[in-house]
Amino acid sequence: MISKDTSILGYRRENGRVGVRNHVIILPVDDISNAAAEAVANNIKGTMALPHPYGRLQFGKDLDLFFRTLIGTGSNPNVAAVVVIGIEEGWTKLIVDGIAKTGKPVLGYSIEQHGDHDTIRRASQGARELVQWASEKQRETCSLSELWVSTKCGESDTTSGCGSNPTVGNAFDKLYAAGCTLVFGETTELTGGEHLVAARCRTPAVKEQFMAMFNRYQEVINRHKTSDLSDSQPTKGNIAGGLTTIEEKALGNIQKIGKKCVVDGVLDMAETPTGPGLWFMDSSSAAAEMVTLCAASGYVVHFFPTGQGNIIGNPILPVIKIGANPRTVRTMSEHIDVDTSGLLQRQMNLDQAGDKLLESLLRTANGRLTAAEALGHREFVLTRLYESA
Amino acid sequence: MIDFLVHEEGDSVGTIVVEGIKAGGTLTGWVMEQDKTITLKTLDDIPIGHKIALKELGNGDTVIKYGVDIGRTIAPIKKGGYLHVHNVKTKRW
Repeated sequence: MISKDTSILGYRRENGRVGVRNHVIILPVDDISNAAAEAVANNIKGTMALPHPYGRLQFGKDLDLFFRTLIGTGSNPNVAAVVVIGIEEGWTKLIVDGIAKTGKPVLGYSIEQHGDHDTIRRASQGARELVQWASEKQRETCSLSELWVSTKCGESDTTSGCGSNPTVGNAFDKLYAAGCTLVFGETTELTGGEHLVAARCRTPAVKEQFMAMFNRYQEVINRHKTSDLSDSQPTKGNIAGGLTTIEEKALGNIQKIGKKCVVDGVLDMAETPTGPGLWFMDSSSAAAEMVTLCAASGYVVHFFPTGQGNIIGNPILPVIKIGANPRTVRTMSEHIDVDTSGLLQRQMNLDQAGDKLLESLLRTANGRLTAAEALGHREFVLTRLYESA
Repeated sequence: MIDFLVHEEGDSVGTIVVEGIKAGGTLTGWVMEQDKTITLKTLDDIPIGHKIALKELGNGDTVIKYGVDIGRTIAPIKKGGYLHVHNVKTKRW
């Protein structure tokens, strides 16, 4: 299905990265600026606001992560241009400057001493110019190996471990061989299988970094837990679907990295990889949080295998949903892009399932909207590390 | 028709992959790693996605799936019995 010579039609950005979408986003710095951002996106058709509830009085590593996530989101190759709106100038400029390093057009506006109406007027003018400019961008032939693909599973059940996750693993093995840049994460969800991931690390240094991240997150769980987490991790949805313990969930989860991929390096939350290969990102197992982190890190297409039927998307990262549970594929069909339930009945083998997913990847990269995009699922969820000051 | 999947030989559990499994039924299972089929009688009604014990397990025994330890039983379980949160818990938390 694919090789090092496979090509796609993508958008070549100013910094050389390849995107598969051409979004113009209106990015609020803080919760205060959501109203203005939404008003601008309403005024200027073809732009999209990314409202969120944070950006005030954060500090320390939590603030670093916040800036990294917002700047990373604007910098993502699926984004053609950005309008940033914040309450005050300082943090607005910080985010504008961060995104501007990619060479793409980015404008910033602050509300203090202007008010909503004047800000909306000025920002709408800028957004209009940007969206008309972006609308002339054309796709060009790029190498498949330039695609960065992320994965996270959600609403898992036992069919995830048997079917949809191994499908991703098979596709990941093939994409790895073709030279792509890949990522997986969900740190706590590896609990019970962390030794298997550690064994796949390329060097002792990478293994040590991975185990440090894993142990840190375990310590957070142990410090704050009030039960054996059998309500939260696995979730009630996981349990209704048949998953009994975190160890079982972890083994199913790990199927996503296939049989041949090597873990080449580790990333902090929303950190950008420095080369091709498979990366592990320290990250939440909450679906929209993790996908948001992948988008901020620079990934342009996401594989999302689901059991019981997770339905989230992302504003800028097309999410491909893979399902192997026949009941889910039947009852929630509008949410599923790739049906691999045939695996469970031995009607297809893993290679065929992996190729089916790769076919969906190529079509999505070349422009086909995923179910989540068509349904308007644009979950943009920021990871917080602790309370605001 | 495949009624349940087993990841590899040596696993203590299989996963039901069809709807409507009722107590007393004889089920066909596919052991994926070794690519062979087995049969097993179910003692319980088991929902799709949930697990069936492939062998008798005592109280406090380790449950093996994917060839790996996935938890411990908190009650004895018969061969062909329904296995889930009511009789298996994590060892980790």
